[in-house]
Amino acid sequence: MNQVRKFDLTLFAACVAAFAALQGAIFTGIIGPFWELNIILICINIILAVSLNLINGYTGQFSIGHAGFMAVGAYTSAVITVKLGLPYELGLVVATIAAGFLGFLIGLPTLRLNGDYLAIATLGLGEIIRICILNIDYVGGASGLMGIPRLTTFAYVFWIMIAVIFFIKNFKNSAPGRCCLAIRENEIAADTMGINTTKYKVLAFTLGASFAGTAGALFSHYFFLAHPASFTFMRSFDILTMVVLGGLGSMTGSITGAILLTFISAFLSDFPEWRMIIYSVTMIILMLYRPQGLFGNKELSLKMFGLGGKENG
Amino acid sequence: MDNFMQQFCQQLINGISLGSIYALIALGYTMIYGIIKLINFAHGDIYMIGAYFGFFATTQLGLGFIPAILISMAGAAIVGIIIERVAYRPMRNAPRIAILITAIGVSFFLEYGMILLVSPQPRTFPAVFSPTVYHMGPLVANSQQLVILISAIILMVTLTYIVNSTKAGKAMRAVSFDADAARLMGINIDKVISMTFALGSALAAAGGVLVGVYYNSIDPLMGMMPGLKAFVAAVLGGIGIIPGAMMGGIILGVVEAMVSGFLSSTFRDAAAFGILILILLYKPAGLLGKNVREKV
Repeated sequence: MNQVRKFDLTLFAACVAAFAALQGAIFTGIIGPFWELNIILICINIILAVSLNLINGYTGQFSIGHAGFMAVGAYTSAVITVKLGLPYELGLVVATIAAGFLGFLIGLPTLRLNGDYLAIATLGLGEIIRICILNIDYVGGASGLMGIPRLTTFAYVFWIMIAVIFFIKNFKNSAPGRCCLAIRENEIAADTMGINTTKYKVLAFTLGASFAGTAGALFSHYFFLAHPASFTFMRSFDILTMVVLGGLGSMTGSITGAILLTFISAFLSDFPEWRMIIYSVTMIILMLYRPQGLFGNKELSLKMFGLGGKENG
Repeated sequence: MDNFMQQFCQQLINGISLGSIYALIALGYTMIYGIIKLINFAHGDIYMIGAYFGFFATTQLGLGFIPAILISMAGAAIVGIIIERVAYRPMRNAPRIAILITAIGVSFFLEYGMILLVSPQPRTFPAVFSPTVYHMGPLVANSQQLVILISAIILMVTLTYIVNSTKAGKAMRAVSFDADAARLMGINIDKVISMTFALGSALAAAGGVLVGVYYNSIDPLMGMMPGLKAFVAAVLGGIGIIPGAMMGGIILGVVEAMVSGFLSSTFRDAAAFGILILILLYKPAGLLGKNVREKV
């Protein structure tokens, strides 16, 4: 236990150092606005990837509707800050709770399904959420909710990301987390061992959904608007690709996947017509040669993990 | 009340013609899923490519409707075989999720490759039929709708014949029932899978040409939504079951037409996915499927 705490402290110190370095670079203008935007996008994508990894990687439930929960978070927080004029912090908290609650409501019936059926059901639900938002005039309908102030700063994104990563990392090692891992390995066996599989599946799904809501709130308050077109199934696929690319069930893998894919799309933004083609070919080739993802379900080693923490920023 | 009935029957006509296109795409989904257990996300894009083959066959080569649809089916069949050979065959023993990601990658590749090749602008599909409008009392049907329905029926009957009464069809059914046992009986699985992709892609391409004829407009991203909805149709009828896909497609088309006729057309996509969720919750094996208990 002591060993673990020591490791956590070192990791935390590394995070503080990384934060200081990046924040300093942003302040002094070494990192220009383009890369600052991408760094923030990386942090948001890490939150999304890590929370999807909790559902898909640790619990083995194949969900591809993450963008729907992100949309809920984005819109809820925007309603709170723009329409009701309440503070941003409250918006973040309510967005997290709202997305988590919806995840709970959706997860309860759908998690009875498994495999491809669950995948398609979550994909469909993600789209239903988006279409419902599209039809609510109060939040702007098809033209989106505009005029959201830019309240997301690098500090917010970074520390929320670190908190989510630590939370999920510790969740994995907790008793409920081990139940989730058991469900992933063999659901029927876990059931016979006395694990309430429904409870833990819904728990993982709810947690994953609520963090997606947080990410959505951060997202809408950085890009000034919440638009239904930002939350299509394309985004769900993006997040899923990050997780699978890094390796399902590997937290460092999800983080690396998120960083790598965000960088790839940032670099390719100069060639818009080739961007998606190169992106898709990269995806296919990676899956052909490394179907288990970059790290499989293993984590990076202790020494490399510290280094990975610094890169995250 | 009369007005309601009239509206209802009108939407039924629209729904059946839209539904038979969904059914054509859903057939390919269901066959491919039945044989290699893969949700082929690229299937909707094959439908798009089929529409473009048909478009170029009519505009550039000046062919009529029937040669154009045949060329488009042949072209899409080749594309389908190539995709299976290059992207899916090496992955046959990989984890399911990896194959799914590959399918998503192939889908993006086809969509954006087509954008690069033919520009993202929508094209106007030439009118291959003089648009005759038939009045049946208060109801209206046009010649495109009749053509869609007749073509879809011919294709489905042909497919049913191939699957049920030919040696190749028997091999397909055997592989989908138990691939290992089929291999032991001397069936060349690779060949059967290629053929399934060819058949499925050809049907999707026919659907693409018919949609071009119906809506007069095609674009490189047209396959995304119909692709997903055709999958819904396949699940609705019971995945892997050929009559199920036809039935699911028609039901889905009718429900969508009703929703856009009586509620609002913005909700039609939500209706399709709502059906999916309901069917998955109450009868996950589909309308025609049998429940199979999972064994330890």
